[in-house]
Amino acid sequence: MSRRAPPKILTRNIYMSDFKFPPSIKSRPVYGVLEPRPGKSHLMIADAEGAEALLRLASENPEIFSGAHIIYIPKDTGETFVERLRAAAPAILHVSPSYAACLPRLRRVLSDAHMGLQVYLAGTEGLMGQAMVEATNAGIPHSAIQTEHRGSVARRMQCVHCKGITEDVMTDPFVCSHCGLTLFVRDHYSRRLAAFQGVCIDAEEPGNIPAPVELYK
Amino acid sequence: MSAGTEKIDVIVSDIVKVNDLVTRFEFRRSDGGLLPTFSGGAHTVVEMKDGDITRLNPYSLMSDPMDQTAYTISVRRDDAGRGGSLFMHQQVKKGDRMVISYPVNLFSLDLRARKHLMLAGGIGITPFLAQIKQLSRSNGHFELHYACRTAALGSYVDELTSGHPNAVHIYYDDRQQVIDLERLLDGQPLGTHVYVCGPKGMIEWVRKTAADMGWPREAVHYEEFLAPQSGKPFEVYLKRSGKRIKVGEHESLLEAIERAGVDAPYLCRGGACGQCETDVLEHDGEFVHRDHWLEDADRASGCKIMPCVSRFEGRTLVLDR
Repeated sequence: MSRRAPPKILTRNIYMSDFKFPPSIKSRPVYGVLEPRPGKSHLMIADAEGAEALLRLASENPEIFSGAHIIYIPKDTGETFVERLRAAAPAILHVSPSYAACLPRLRRVLSDAHMGLQVYLAGTEGLMGQAMVEATNAGIPHSAIQTEHRGSVARRMQCVHCKGITEDVMTDPFVCSHCGLTLFVRDHYSRRLAAFQGVCIDAEEPGNIPAPVELYK
Repeated sequence: MSAGTEKIDVIVSDIVKVNDLVTRFEFRRSDGGLLPTFSGGAHTVVEMKDGDITRLNPYSLMSDPMDQTAYTISVRRDDAGRGGSLFMHQQVKKGDRMVISYPVNLFSLDLRARKHLMLAGGIGITPFLAQIKQLSRSNGHFELHYACRTAALGSYVDELTSGHPNAVHIYYDDRQQVIDLERLLDGQPLGTHVYVCGPKGMIEWVRKTAADMGWPREAVHYEEFLAPQSGKPFEVYLKRSGKRIKVGEHESLLEAIERAGVDAPYLCRGGACGQCETDVLEHDGEFVHRDHWLEDADRASGCKIMPCVSRFEGRTLVLDR
């Protein structure tokens, strides 16, 4: 059996800070604009340009920020936002090299948390989706968690065939980084998996694969 | 046909006086069969044939939801009400045949909750009695805080405190015992849901305090049945049916519509569920909105009315019914 060439993940990051997603099916998450809410404690999780949303919240409501626990994953933005976040003086600022690296901390914070905790998510869809899974597993209704999309429009995709997850997908179709099938990017989203569904594009006619197009282009 | 209007013929198999205000009624199927199971928090609508008047009042089921042999309800006597509770207390005798609806639940437990925090005021204890029986079967985590006027009027206090000594907390008004709500809500583990059933003021107090403390709206559950209140008689034209009807002083608009033989949707008959929402086609006068279903904008528009509890004072009212 011949295998395809090792998949090359197309992950060119494009930064669209206030990207408006076109209307879609009901399953597709809709993001809002973070607003301060009354609460006993505040947990903020952001990646890359998501920091901009937190900084805006900080400038509008320093009081909430001063008691906040922030978990921040800079990704490609490096040091761009870290000093500004620190200058906004949150109670805790934890800068993490990746989402996986901060996951034990996030789970610990949630397991110790009480009702009245407010959760704010900002940044890419993949980050917000995965953090939302943790927060809902901890008992917060998903509709009570605030989100604001910032930065890359890349998607976290699950291959419906091999179930493997490919992060930061920027084109449609794309090649599954696990099984090598070429997958069509659907808007069908799973809150449990925090991933969109990718379905083999050439199942009917093997080899008939349209040229990949950058998402939303 | 309205949802939840499937009927069951029952026999009143037991009547027990619980205290000066509350009496418990037990119903069994008149054909000797089994009743449907239900979920804790469900109510049944009891049909009361009081002379020419038929009243349909909702009561929370308080028996074990898995017990299919009998349903029990507790009725608090309301001397100033429209007479439904007085009818139950004074007219209904053991062995009587009655008609009740299939159970409908508008106050169910959210079984995703890590912990169920229950707050009851007075007769508002009844849905929790069934919910606690349901949770006890699955070893569910709950805590009940129950406020009563006096020990003599504390319905089911003994049963609750002896059955669940560590989970039940009783507060007596006459001993100046008050639920310390802020302290109670503060520090509840993530995933706790709060449920409140009691007088209007208590429900508003709990909802507001929880919201101020950052509790998600989805984690705050409440049930308050409003009894329809009496008011001035008024006339209504039901355009679709082509009928002109008169709503009596002690009759609700919904009851008058039903009396005229017009099938109108309903579920809770207490202004909570939204099922009976009706479009107003024309009006000249003032609405007396008593539900907690319609949004302020709906009320301001004058285009909607909840006929189960709300009334009208004025010259003309035309409904799309």
